[in-house]
Amino acid sequence: MEALEEVDANEAYENDLPTDIALDCKAERIYYSDFLAVRDSHVPIKKNQITGFIGPSGCGKSTVIKSINRMNDLIRGFRFVGNIHFHGVNIYADNIDPVSVRRNIGMVFQQPNPFSMSIFENVAFGLRLNRYKGNMQEKVEKALRSAALWKEVKDKLKNNGLSLSGGQQQRLCIARAIATEPRVILMDEPCSALDPIATRQIEELMVELKKQFTVAIVTHNMQQAMRVADQTAFFGVDISKGGRTGYLVEMGPTKELFENPQEELTKEYLQGEFS
Amino acid sequence: MNPSGLEHPKLERQPMEPRALKSIVLSVITIVCAITACIPLFSVLFMLVYRGGKRLSFQLFYTLPPGAFDAPGVGGFGNAIVGTAFMVGIAGLISVPFGILAAISLAEIDPHSKVSEIARFCAKTMTGLPSIIAGVFAYAVVVLIMGHYSAWAGGIALSLLMLPTVMLTAEEAIKMVPNPMREAAYGMGCTPSQSLTKVILPVAMPSIITGVVLAVARAAGETAPLLFTALFSESWLAPNNPTASLAVLIYNWSSSPYQNLIELAWAASLILVVLVFVLNIISRSIGGKTKL
Amino acid sequence: MADNEFLENADGKTLSKPPTPGDIFFDKSFRFLTRAFTWATILLLAFIVYKIGGEALPAFADLGIKFLFTSVWDSSQNVYGLLPQIWGTLYSSFLALILGGFFGITIAIFITQDFLPYKIEIILKNIIELLAAIPSVVYGLWGIYVLIPLIRPFANFLHEHLGWIPFFSTRLSGLGLLPAALVLSIMILPTVAAISQDAFKAIPHKTKEAAFGMGTTRWEAILRVMLPAASGGIFGALVLGFGRALGETMALAMLIGSMPTVTLSILSPADTIAALLANTFPEAAVGLETGALMYAACVLLLITLIVNVAGAVIVAKATPGGDKR
Repeated sequence: MEALEEVDANEAYENDLPTDIALDCKAERIYYSDFLAVRDSHVPIKKNQITGFIGPSGCGKSTVIKSINRMNDLIRGFRFVGNIHFHGVNIYADNIDPVSVRRNIGMVFQQPNPFSMSIFENVAFGLRLNRYKGNMQEKVEKALRSAALWKEVKDKLKNNGLSLSGGQQQRLCIARAIATEPRVILMDEPCSALDPIATRQIEELMVELKKQFTVAIVTHNMQQAMRVADQTAFFGVDISKGGRTGYLVEMGPTKELFENPQEELTKEYLQGEFS
Repeated sequence: MNPSGLEHPKLERQPMEPRALKSIVLSVITIVCAITACIPLFSVLFMLVYRGGKRLSFQLFYTLPPGAFDAPGVGGFGNAIVGTAFMVGIAGLISVPFGILAAISLAEIDPHSKVSEIARFCAKTMTGLPSIIAGVFAYAVVVLIMGHYSAWAGGIALSLLMLPTVMLTAEEAIKMVPNPMREAAYGMGCTPSQSLTKVILPVAMPSIITGVVLAVARAAGETAPLLFTALFSESWLAPNNPTASLAVLIYNWSSSPYQNLIELAWAASLILVVLVFVLNIISRSIGGKTKL
Repeated sequence: MADNEFLENADGKTLSKPPTPGDIFFDKSFRFLTRAFTWATILLLAFIVYKIGGEALPAFADLGIKFLFTSVWDSSQNVYGLLPQIWGTLYSSFLALILGGFFGITIAIFITQDFLPYKIEIILKNIIELLAAIPSVVYGLWGIYVLIPLIRPFANFLHEHLGWIPFFSTRLSGLGLLPAALVLSIMILPTVAAISQDAFKAIPHKTKEAAFGMGTTRWEAILRVMLPAASGGIFGALVLGFGRALGETMALAMLIGSMPTVTLSILSPADTIAALLANTFPEAAVGLETGALMYAACVLLLITLIVNVAGAVIVAKATPGGDKR
């Protein structure tokens, strides 16, 4: 490990974020124990847009996105060096409660993972957790409608969430995540376990969602990024020092990145040299 | 002989050939062994039903043990049934919360720390604790301090035997909750205890209960821990005094010179075994397809 | 906490709230409580060892190591010796292991090596597990009134015709090592069978395929390939079965005869440490005798601890991911 000038985690932000940016992620170094997983990746997430993270396997895109809602804290040996600016604070500061962070940043995982409860309770979970005192039915219906699932389940809200098909389960997970209307929603390869039809449905859903929410999505499918992402961040793998360390190679509006990549690595990836 | 002059290998079955013969003989021996191993179970069950069934009646449940001068065919052991239930109940009240809370720490909160490793080792060691040692310990700690034998001492001794089972099966049950579900709970912004109470424990509960029921079944049949903690009694439950239990009853009366008491011992054994079997079956149906 | 800034900067749109002080308090206390019980587990075991050891200490000082090598137990003269009981414990468990181990492994082979249709396999497994569920004291009762009358003629035959062999040198009067060891073997059979089954199941399928692919008969495959492959786990099963036998109390107390002799004859009565405790403790003279009994309890505790820990370690090393029992 090189000696680094540690970024001051508690550095006060003199200026607030520019108004078009929901979250600014500056990952200087991300470690799993002694393994340097990611370096030097500055990813600003723009409001009401979909930011896609693409890149070959091992490039750290999942690591970065899971660092944003501090899910990686659950892994032993995880260390985040850098800062993530979200609503006036650095969410990695010592005085920030990761539980609060996760309540404000929703996550949808690769494998659909609804709770073993009724569909209604799955969606209401976040509302109850955050002690929502208003009309639960209304909010649950709103979330299910936004997730394009309402019509299919409105008569069976009491059924267990696990009884749905894969695509429906994933939409249920999306409904669960958006029920509390978090400002940012992270999605880690949400369609990789789904068939093409379900994938299309979720992609259409994402485009609708960005009207109200900010979305960041990891995908190993370039075409998907082209279809849904407004901004795309391309990550690569650095093997120059003997390990496999991911880093942000290039980022920009999707159309520009795909049509006019600046970096050699980006060009190679887009041409399908390596997956 | 075919044109090339080579012999065909013999491919037909040849049961009398040495290798095949050996195999058949060994298989027969194995089957005989398996059947022989089942015989004791059926013998025990048969005897229980035959000799115990003779004395089976509702009277057993509400009468007290017969005195020396009572006529044959008189008496029951209602107090022993109540005593067993009471002491196992105490044992459960102590060991179940203790075991489950410790298991939560071992499986979820703090699985890799030195303390947890040592605690896990301690629990595994305690599964092998001879039941009489649990009795000796409870005697030294409870009876000597209270100054007399009691149901409380018996219950505490039994809890020592239940605790390792409850703790280790609960730990397994919690660990078996699928990781994606765990991640979903944390991702929603649950504190660790919220993840546990709202998501993880409900899913693990059937398996945890299976472990508890099995531990209860074992405790109900234990004799040694009660021998010098609860002793025995001929009267109804008085927790601060020596207390009757089915297991000690069977032990005491099994070598009695009175035929009446021996018959009652068989009847008590029948009831005890039925109880234990029913608990075992319950634990299997709750746990679903776990340990088959 | 800086959490409030989430609300302050909010355009009022999100429904998220940080955890309430109540939530946080509950979380902290809950986690503290669970950790406390982990500590309690360690302290409990330590306390057990401390208490029993502590009570035994005066007797240990008085009787010394001689206690383990002398045979007389007389409370009126304050002379105590544990040798017959140590011998009885080890010998009876060893005998039980031979029989119970053999049957246990055979049954494990029978269940796991494709002898049976699935349904019968399940029935057999359940029968074996029910064997383990029967309380020790019921086995004792059955032993006295069913087993002993049954084996008496056989035992007498052995004594009359083979009495010159040390194993059959005494006459079976009723209670004794043979019936005790037989019942004990029935009780440890399920343990050995279960762990051996795990050991067999842990063998990768391709090993079996390789053996059959070579054209072995079923038994050649079992004896030359499967058994050696599972041998680590099976050894562990035997050690754990032995440990279980060592700790067994009631069936032995009722069947072994409680006669403090050191003998090779399986037809003779004998005594075990657990049986000694069960029979003598209630009426023990306070003072040196209870101290001596505590000393005996320590010895038993030590023996079972060592054997059980060794067994658990062996099983853990031999079966990948497999010391679940």
